[in-house]
Amino acid sequence: MAEALVDQRESFRELATAQLPRLYSIARRLVGDGAEDAVQDCLLKGYERYGQLKAPESGPAWLTSILVNSCRDHLRADARRPNEVDFDEVERFSLYRKIAYEDPFPYSDSLHLDFLDEFGPEDVRAVLMRLPPLYRMPLVLVYMDGFLAKELARRLDVPLGTVLARLHRGRKLFEKQLWQYAEETGLLKKGAP
Amino acid sequence: MISCHEAVAQLWEYLDGTVDEADRALVDEHLSRCRRCCGEMEFAHELRRLLAESVSADIPADVLQRLNQTLEEMDRWAAT
Repeated sequence: MAEALVDQRESFRELATAQLPRLYSIARRLVGDGAEDAVQDCLLKGYERYGQLKAPESGPAWLTSILVNSCRDHLRADARRPNEVDFDEVERFSLYRKIAYEDPFPYSDSLHLDFLDEFGPEDVRAVLMRLPPLYRMPLVLVYMDGFLAKELARRLDVPLGTVLARLHRGRKLFEKQLWQYAEETGLLKKGAP
Repeated sequence: MISCHEAVAQLWEYLDGTVDEADRALVDEHLSRCRRCCGEMEFAHELRRLLAESVSADIPADVLQRLNQTLEEMDRWAAT
């Protein structure tokens, strides 16, 4: 019995150690500066519940689910803030048209691609952190971490339609914030001739 | 034929494969006749690529050390 517990502890330690960079990466994109706390919380909960994991090969996905819930707890305070997003305006916004209209790279043959090339991973993360958590979470988990929308709906315990609606709004907000971020941080001037 | 506005509103869902067959056929038909929306489609595809390629699994050494320390402490608590 004691030997089995030691094996279980070692097995969890092995899983968690291998997954730490990935877990931290996801948490950083979901909760920003709260990432380390969220991963700590995930490790503690994972350790307590490790006996419930039936198939060891599901370990990474299982640990990710725990992390997502820990991040949700961290985000709940933010989610209670009044929602100041004007979705009518966001819905009308098209980054594709905005770039074509503003023409930030007048001598470019590939204007839209040049615009996106200005964004490094840290810029993208900074843009994502500007989004309300409710919309940031599905965007990060589906487009960056490969979750299927229906899988995410199951893990978040919300209807699929809710996830799809949040994804839609998240994408529109992301487009709008990409442009605002580029303007505010001088990213466009950097790429100008 | 659906309008450009209707086609563009569905482009990401189209790329995600979450539109039903009838809507997919309508978007396909629109794209076959509208060059500007093909540009929008290509851009949506590139935006998805930007997100997917912005994943960095780097973890600062001090954070990694603290998280590993947590794992060690959990082992010690369990052993006592």
